[in-house]
Amino acid sequence: MRIAPKHTERAAVAIMWILASVMMGVLVFIIAYVLAHGLPHVTWTFLTASPESMGREGGILPMIVGTLWIIGLAVALAAPIGVATAVYLTEYTREGRLTDVIRFGSDCLAGIPSIIFGLFGLVLFGIMLGLGFSIISGALTVALMVLPTIIRTSEEAIRAVPRAYRDVSYGLGSTRWQMVTRVVLKSALPGIATGIVLAIGRTISETAALMFTAGSALGMPHSIFDSSRTLALHFYILALEGISMSKAYATAAVLVLAILVINLSAYALMRRFVARVV
Amino acid sequence: MTAPTTMIMRAMAAVRHGLRRENLIAAGLLVLALSAISGLALIAAFIFKEGVPIILKIGVGRFIFSSDWHPLEGEFGIFPMIVGSLWVTVGAMVIAVVFGLGCAVLLTQFCPKQLVSIIKPSIELLAGIPSVVYGFIGVVILVPFIRDWLGGPGLSVLASSIVLGVMTLPTVTSISVDALQAVPLPYREGSIALGATQWQTTHMVVLKAARSGIVAAVILGMGRAIGETMAVIMVAGNTLDLPHSILDPVRTLTSNIALEMGYAAGDHQKALFATGVTLFVIIMILNTIALLVSRRRGARARNR
Amino acid sequence: MKSFWAAAVLIIGLIVLSVALGRGSASAVNLVGSTSIQPFAEMLAQEFNREHPDCLVEVQGGGSTQGLRAVDNSMTDIGTCSRALKKEEEEDAAKNYRTVIIARDGLAIVTHPGNPVTNLTIDQIRQMFEGRGITNWRQVGGKDAPVRLITREEGSGTREAFMQKVMDKSRISGKALTQGSNGAVKELVKHDPCAIGYMSLGLVHGELNMVHVDGVAPTVAEVTAGRYPLVRPFLFVTKGPPGEKAQRFIDFILSPRGQAMLEREGLVTAR
Repeated sequence: MRIAPKHTERAAVAIMWILASVMMGVLVFIIAYVLAHGLPHVTWTFLTASPESMGREGGILPMIVGTLWIIGLAVALAAPIGVATAVYLTEYTREGRLTDVIRFGSDCLAGIPSIIFGLFGLVLFGIMLGLGFSIISGALTVALMVLPTIIRTSEEAIRAVPRAYRDVSYGLGSTRWQMVTRVVLKSALPGIATGIVLAIGRTISETAALMFTAGSALGMPHSIFDSSRTLALHFYILALEGISMSKAYATAAVLVLAILVINLSAYALMRRFVARVV
Repeated sequence: MTAPTTMIMRAMAAVRHGLRRENLIAAGLLVLALSAISGLALIAAFIFKEGVPIILKIGVGRFIFSSDWHPLEGEFGIFPMIVGSLWVTVGAMVIAVVFGLGCAVLLTQFCPKQLVSIIKPSIELLAGIPSVVYGFIGVVILVPFIRDWLGGPGLSVLASSIVLGVMTLPTVTSISVDALQAVPLPYREGSIALGATQWQTTHMVVLKAARSGIVAAVILGMGRAIGETMAVIMVAGNTLDLPHSILDPVRTLTSNIALEMGYAAGDHQKALFATGVTLFVIIMILNTIALLVSRRRGARARNR
Repeated sequence: MKSFWAAAVLIIGLIVLSVALGRGSASAVNLVGSTSIQPFAEMLAQEFNREHPDCLVEVQGGGSTQGLRAVDNSMTDIGTCSRALKKEEEEDAAKNYRTVIIARDGLAIVTHPGNPVTNLTIDQIRQMFEGRGITNWRQVGGKDAPVRLITREEGSGTREAFMQKVMDKSRISGKALTQGSNGAVKELVKHDPCAIGYMSLGLVHGELNMVHVDGVAPTVAEVTAGRYPLVRPFLFVTKGPPGEKAQRFIDFILSPRGQAMLEREGLVTAR
């Protein structure tokens, strides 16, 4: 008995809607679960105090500070290099072997597991360069990890700038560098910013690589040569060791909120970026 | 000297001056641009330098196929870990592809615009949640469920696959969406003009046309899944034995490295780097295949 | 564009500034090593920091062997180790280890709070962990349920101690679930009625059943009396004699007050 195409279509669409709903359901569940268990414990004290007795009491201020430092340094290192690479790939050369090689390198870098970055960072930055477990060691490692993301999004953003802009700039007598910096980058800024925001999101969630480079010290870091625990790592340790479920959930809630904010800003930036390039 | 000559000479000097500066800038940018690939080379160099000698010392065959991982006695066989990674990844991809592809098709072919702007960001949000949170939810909810209702210790291939599947699905979805959207409109219009329904068009025309992009999505997803560490450590159980069913606990290549790294010294540590080498090689192969596949699609599209 | 460059200069300036300032704070005393010792060291460090704000102590985990390697590489002032040093390590003059025992820790054999079994011989424990002789709780007087083994990862000081004292020359079954720390073992055993594992006595805090070994109860009193068989030292290891600041911290830990703090947490004093 042949089923009419109309029916198979309805069945197929129904199945797909079910799949999508399950997926949305999982997302909502995870966020709701974490926030429900964690938000009640997120107090002002929690955010501004240091942990006591291994995290059983107190707060997470050193982790926030450490995480911010690592993010800041990593972006400060990766953004200029990434944007420069994107600029080079789009404005300064033609498509050819060289650009293929650079892009291949970047794509491969993107695919390497975070634990391998961790191993690498431990050996190169921690041991060979003598940085030990430190914020700077972690930041250098993470910078490498987010570099491909920044390159890719910057490239897209720069490509999206209309040809006309460049032509006008040249017509007014600018050099290529002036055109790039004063015209193209300015227009591509929202897109580039999106890439940076995505990189920040990736850094906040990163655990495996930072475990072996930034270390897991509980105290407030006083310099970039001190070790520091990130929010994600603190959550992992609290949860897995059963030290304090309430604090663990609270840390997770802070993490999830941060990510929500980051994603929303990335989305808003993308909207502006798309709107510009009409 | 006449005025025009001075002007021309000044103009020429300006051009030359500008060009020299431009060359410097271009050279500087090139150096920075090479950083990505030199970073990659550096990583490869380090991992291989630490790991390859011990693989050679033990013998490639024994390293890969022996099931005895007893580092403190000098035995380094990673076969159970390779099998473990494989099982978990395959399981994860089943989930990721079913849900991911389904969502991608829905989003591009059947979904009204307003809902797209809700569903798409949600998928990206799913990608942003830290792996440790996924692992934690897996431990707190999934593992007890499996232990109480399905048997076994709960920490299992099944738990790992589910958690990894959810984590990988955004990757598969977004790349598949790109692939589906790249199918030229005339394909779809032609099919509908011939009287096919939307669904028939989708599965007989659009999916076939986007095939290589979807394959690339799956392969890149696999790479992501194989490389995941934190979530897997929390739900996999990390035993040394080979798994015999999806309810058995398992150890993956990544968990092996992360668990013992802090404690390893000498040969043990080198063996962990060797595990890293194995991982690196597997992922490089997957990435290259994915890139070749998507480039072929690109070439075919360009040849239109 | 100007703002971009201004920001870059600012960031580089900040980095240079922290380098200059940072060098000063690198004088904190660093501890790297055993995850078993870490919670206790952190607690002591907190107390010590309160009294000696000029001499900060930073504690990290990583594992007993990592601690030793950090000492070798001069990456840390003190390495912490939760097992006795191996013969080769002690006799290696090049490493020049100086060790201080700061406490003794019992190794508890832990089971789910609902598990009725209260006593096991070392032989029985070994057979269970071998995965061959005893595979069901029925065989040792418990419920009819399979024995689920929880172990630590290779290289862990806690696991080493367990191997030395219980397994002797036998291997732990490949079916054992591996967890990365005492806390992880505790969490797992807490929720799995069939589980059996081993962990630091001082970290159980009454949340799990602790099996009597060979009839001896796993309490601090029995460990001090020397009757409980599964005991291991908590070591602080330095390369050569400890530096001045490190020595102050060690003195604090060995002082009656420091030892009392450790005792409160379930450890046994060094003496």
